[in-house]
Amino acid sequence: MTVKQVKLVLEDQTEFLGQSFGADRPAAGEVVFNTGMVGYPETLTDPSYRGQLLALTYPLVGNYGVPGPERDEHGIPLHFESGQIQISGLLVCEYSQHYSHFDALQSLGQWLADAGIPAVTGIDTRALTRRLREKGTMLGKIVSADDEVPFFDPRTRDMVSLVSPKEISELGAPRKEAPTVVLLDCGCKGSIARSIVKRGIHVVRVPYDHYFLDLDYDGLLISNGPGDPQMCAATIRHVEHALAVGKPILGICLGHQILALAGGAETYKLKFGHRSQNQPCVAYEENGNGKPALSKRCVITSQNHGYAVRADRMGNDWRPWFQNANDGTIEGIRHRSKPFWGVQFHPEAKPGPTDTAWIFDEFTRAVKEGRR
Amino acid sequence: MKSIATALVLGSSALKIGEAGEFDYSGSQAIKALQQEGIRTILINPNVATIQTSEGLADEIYFIPVKPEFVETVIERERPDGILLGFGGQTALNCGLELARRGVLKKYGVEVLGAPIATIEDTEDRERFVARLDEIQVDTPRSEPTTSVEQALEAAEAIGYPCMARVAYALGGLGSGICRDKEALEELATRAFAHTDQLLIEEYLEGWKELEYEIVRDRYDNCITVCNMENINPMGIHTGESMVVAPSQTLSDDEYHQLRELALKVVRHLGVVGECNIQYALSPKGNAYRVIEVNARLSRSSALASKATGYPLAFVAAKLALGKSLTEIDNSVTKATCACFEPALDYIVVKAPRWDLKKFQGVSEQIGSAMKSVGEVMSIGRTFEEALQKALRMLEIGAKGAVCNDGITFDDLQSELANPTDRNIFAVAQALEQGMSVEQVCEITRIDRWFVDKLARLVELVQQLKRQGSKTVAKPLMLEAKQAGFSDAQIALATGKSEADVFARRQKLGVTPWAKQIDTLAAEYPAATNYLYLTYHGQEHDVGFEQGAVTILGPGAYRIGSSVEFDWCCVNTAKTLRTLNYRTIMVNHNPETVSTDYDECDRLYFEELSFETVREIYALEKPLGLILSMGGQIPNNLAVRCADAGMRVLGTSPKDVDRAENRNTFSSLLETLNVPQPPWRELTSFQQAYDFAQEVGFPVLVRPSYVLSGAAMAVAVDETQLADFLDKAAEISPDYPVVISKFVDNAKEIDVDAVSQDGEIVAWAVSEHVENAGVHSGDATLVLPPQRTYLETMRRIRQVTAHVARSLSINGPFNIQFLAKNNQVMVIECNVRASRSFPFVSKVLKKNFIDIATRVIMGRPFSSPERSFLDLDYVGVKAPQFSFTRLEGADPTLGVEMASTGEVACLGIDFDEAFLKALISVGFRFPLKSVLLSTGPIESKAAFLNGAKRLRRLGIELYATGGTAEFLARNDIESTVLSWPLDEKPNSAIDVIKKRQVDLVINIPKHYQKEELANDYLIRRAAVDFDVPLLTNLQLAQRLTEALERIPMDQLKVRRWSSYE
Repeated sequence: MTVKQVKLVLEDQTEFLGQSFGADRPAAGEVVFNTGMVGYPETLTDPSYRGQLLALTYPLVGNYGVPGPERDEHGIPLHFESGQIQISGLLVCEYSQHYSHFDALQSLGQWLADAGIPAVTGIDTRALTRRLREKGTMLGKIVSADDEVPFFDPRTRDMVSLVSPKEISELGAPRKEAPTVVLLDCGCKGSIARSIVKRGIHVVRVPYDHYFLDLDYDGLLISNGPGDPQMCAATIRHVEHALAVGKPILGICLGHQILALAGGAETYKLKFGHRSQNQPCVAYEENGNGKPALSKRCVITSQNHGYAVRADRMGNDWRPWFQNANDGTIEGIRHRSKPFWGVQFHPEAKPGPTDTAWIFDEFTRAVKEGRR
Repeated sequence: MKSIATALVLGSSALKIGEAGEFDYSGSQAIKALQQEGIRTILINPNVATIQTSEGLADEIYFIPVKPEFVETVIERERPDGILLGFGGQTALNCGLELARRGVLKKYGVEVLGAPIATIEDTEDRERFVARLDEIQVDTPRSEPTTSVEQALEAAEAIGYPCMARVAYALGGLGSGICRDKEALEELATRAFAHTDQLLIEEYLEGWKELEYEIVRDRYDNCITVCNMENINPMGIHTGESMVVAPSQTLSDDEYHQLRELALKVVRHLGVVGECNIQYALSPKGNAYRVIEVNARLSRSSALASKATGYPLAFVAAKLALGKSLTEIDNSVTKATCACFEPALDYIVVKAPRWDLKKFQGVSEQIGSAMKSVGEVMSIGRTFEEALQKALRMLEIGAKGAVCNDGITFDDLQSELANPTDRNIFAVAQALEQGMSVEQVCEITRIDRWFVDKLARLVELVQQLKRQGSKTVAKPLMLEAKQAGFSDAQIALATGKSEADVFARRQKLGVTPWAKQIDTLAAEYPAATNYLYLTYHGQEHDVGFEQGAVTILGPGAYRIGSSVEFDWCCVNTAKTLRTLNYRTIMVNHNPETVSTDYDECDRLYFEELSFETVREIYALEKPLGLILSMGGQIPNNLAVRCADAGMRVLGTSPKDVDRAENRNTFSSLLETLNVPQPPWRELTSFQQAYDFAQEVGFPVLVRPSYVLSGAAMAVAVDETQLADFLDKAAEISPDYPVVISKFVDNAKEIDVDAVSQDGEIVAWAVSEHVENAGVHSGDATLVLPPQRTYLETMRRIRQVTAHVARSLSINGPFNIQFLAKNNQVMVIECNVRASRSFPFVSKVLKKNFIDIATRVIMGRPFSSPERSFLDLDYVGVKAPQFSFTRLEGADPTLGVEMASTGEVACLGIDFDEAFLKALISVGFRFPLKSVLLSTGPIESKAAFLNGAKRLRRLGIELYATGGTAEFLARNDIESTVLSWPLDEKPNSAIDVIKKRQVDLVINIPKHYQKEELANDYLIRRAAVDFDVPLLTNLQLAQRLTEALERIPMDQLKVRRWSSYE
């Protein structure tokens, strides 16, 4: 087997040498790293990664192959977070050509090749991660001696428009029997939709910029998605209206940022983001004088975001809900009196720990109660 | 929770199979955590070789048995507010449960810190455990006790075939087996019920994956999984016997988190506070799982997980036991984040068990559901291949890696694969080499294909290297091979070059390793960590290098003969170096140690102790020099090579170390010094061996250089035995010479541990053995100061020691073993390095010999002991701990090969008191009501006559086998005669042991020879299998009877170490 030498070039001109697997073509995007040790099929298909070259810090990738494209009864892919690979390129230390798993349909390399996504093995991903950690997220490109591309900055594009559905669709329990949740799909992971549907909810999935307020709904779920939340101006406006309506709202990841923006907060770009399955988030509780204070309760969460909420300008109606135990960033907000919640992490997991799945219980309970 | 001012920590006592150095590590961490909280700490642990029983950790230390009666006395005196039971293995846990049961804890108001007693009981009692997990619909393996063939068949019908039929309370699982259908079970059950009353029918989880999660939970119900691990061997091989990887390699996100979620659910339901592990079986064909067990305490795997992730589990668990929340504890690696997180690894860890089965006669080499390994190694790499090959080299069993092992051969590969032994992984590699397909190997071994594919890649790489061999290896292949964990020696073997050639070629190509950090967060946060490993996958170092540190090489895997004592030596060396303001670098790879705790040194390389790796580290760090004399024989062996390669070896010159190590040069040295030694010769044929044995007279000690089976050394009392041994057990030829030396009968053995500066002794201690020569010094009972050694002998010993030190210009620690008989002393051997007994003499004398030695080595001021060991007002006795119970079939006798796995030491006002406490610490139980005597040949029968009389005087009932009973009767000593086991008559020796009608078995073997008569073997084995204490040494038995007569049990003193002055 001939191995093609390729390299990752960062915008600061640092180079990382490796060998090509997956599709044999160049690619450019924003270089990010994820420290999760399992779950590459889920991660690669997460629409929040659109426009990014993803480095996995766990060195061995591909061990258990890639499962098939089967979908559940609601049409949601069983093993993937969307219908396609979303990343622009993959960077790993050691691609495991041989794989072993009862569920595997094909190798990771084959899957990537079929989808036209290039990948590089042999990268010193630890050195790369250290570089990104020190200098912040950078643009990068996968190139070879005979194939060049220019850098591409996803921040210049409305990435959400690329991953949000064009049409409205419905899924889950029949409308007549169940409360309805509008899913504002900014690039929604399948598992978020499934988390709601399996709690007996009728879901109306709408494009991210759709004016949903004329729909008959009992709750609003704002999904995750790629890029800068401030790009979603229309969505933020619509959510502002929804806040006035007062029905239960849950925002996840990008959805949380959109909710916060609609509530008057600001967002900002993190130096290198949180992309991992081990982020500790400490819950707030109310202290004696009704002020929020950090409790001793901490949850382990799965995360994938490059932007964060600055909550200090949110006004009195909002409370911080979770704080990142490592860097003190805001990981969740909730309204003082109304059923509005936003979490920066992923309660649906996939990949990652399932500790916070109860947030869906809390949300759907509020939705059901509101309907009654 | 009440506030804790004083806490009591129970240690795990002597190292044994299944309970080893990991508990020194966890206990030490717990004590550090308590100290940090300002809590006064009391420690009970008779394991003298541990760090936790060293000065500067616990506030008070008791070298007494970890038994309820003794612990109660301590509680009464010290009045602790809380007790920690989770840091001393099963020993501490059992003792704690018993204290609770007896109401001791309640009586003195001692709170159990960490997992509550009810939780511990839920995890320890199988029925309660299953019931508790049933409450939350968590699956456990199905198991049904049956009492008849019909019942067994019925149970199997419900559970399904194939099933496992396990004979309850059998001698080492004899008669158990897998039944694939009704006929097979019927046959097995019929046979089994002839001997047993109960047969367990269990679900057989054939080929299921075995996994483990380490969980931490605080009292605020925060619960995290710190690490998961996957066994390479499938279910059926004890996790202590399996090779293990961390994190798991073949699980998908669904599987990984399904098991994680279950773990949290179970741990919360059981109410564990602190650390615990949960073990799973997982079907390779779907998401079915079974929870095998939960250990609500620190364990071997928690030590491994701590080292694998950098997350200090024991330290954190101790803090949680005090009521802290996980969010209040810092991540001690990053120092920037908190302890409430789950480490993200960016490397792979491989753990490999180290066995020493060859040291035992009669033990099967097959591995299975019982643990037999005595130690383990852990390796770190960026790929499985890299870590695997490192790990196999770290074992120091002669393997060069997974492949290219010219010395490891198999007669029947197929059967080796189907019935795994301690060499299983090499068999897999060789099967692939010989053309067996990956599928076939997986089918037979049930090892997951992912692992086998990786081995197949290594086999393929060897082929590629062979093809390039005639030319010089090109850079891409060189790099690929190094990245796959090939050592220079392996590449040399594959390419027909020398190791030096490969090294030179590699240097020319610029293929050298990179130093990477273990930082718990996969580089996501900056970490000030000093915890490093080397890898060939990379393009930059994580750290910078500053010259001038002192590098200490650790002891590697614990094995019989090299254990926690060398860890103690290395840690103390580092401590002294730091006091002297040297920066320290530690190299070691044993996850059960304190020396691999990254806060014990300035930089830790969790790496191989091979010449190649040491040279690479040396090249990067450019240290002031290497200290090779503290980690036992493994580093000591590197002295000459390192010096020849231009590295600076600190302490005694490698040239002189070699003069002592080499039998010939050392022998001529002794001759020039006029120091006698037992006559010996190196011989290359049977005839020469016979002739020499005749010349010096039997018995002789035989030391072959190539062993075919069984132990490496033996004593032959006559020509027949010599012939037998050389025929069956050893090869003898010009390539494999045999060393024969005169074995001196009835001699005393004496150990000298000393430190010398430029050839002048600056500290020394003499310990005498209770057992006569012929028992390996590691298995002997040591007494300090000597009680029965003549002054004249002591004077001679001092002279000889001084002579030897001077002629070898020793600069640092050393040890000499002497034989003494009729005021004549002979030198058996000299080790120019710290020895096994350094912690013992240091703690008994209360003068740290390693501290002195380190100062000597560095040329810095030191203070010699203020008083001589002869002036002590108390006596220290060190006793061996055996693990024969774990080694099915092994003959539990003492001989020239070391067999003990650990040791304890107790202090007393005199020998008898210290001796009895030491014996109790290693499992002897007193008072005795009845003793079984079988005292061997007529000389030893006669020698034990007084002993037997003493036992009778104490009112102890005697049972005896034929000859012994007759001998006793002739001397008017009453005993009950028992029949020999093989006679198959009623009232046999085995029967009284089985029914535990005797409290002690004294069985003196007929010869030094290990292959003992079957009857005696059966008696000894039964004693071990039915947990009846056993003595097989005449001197030991004699001294015991004397001690028992002089000291009633209630006069054994429970005193602090600090009170012995």
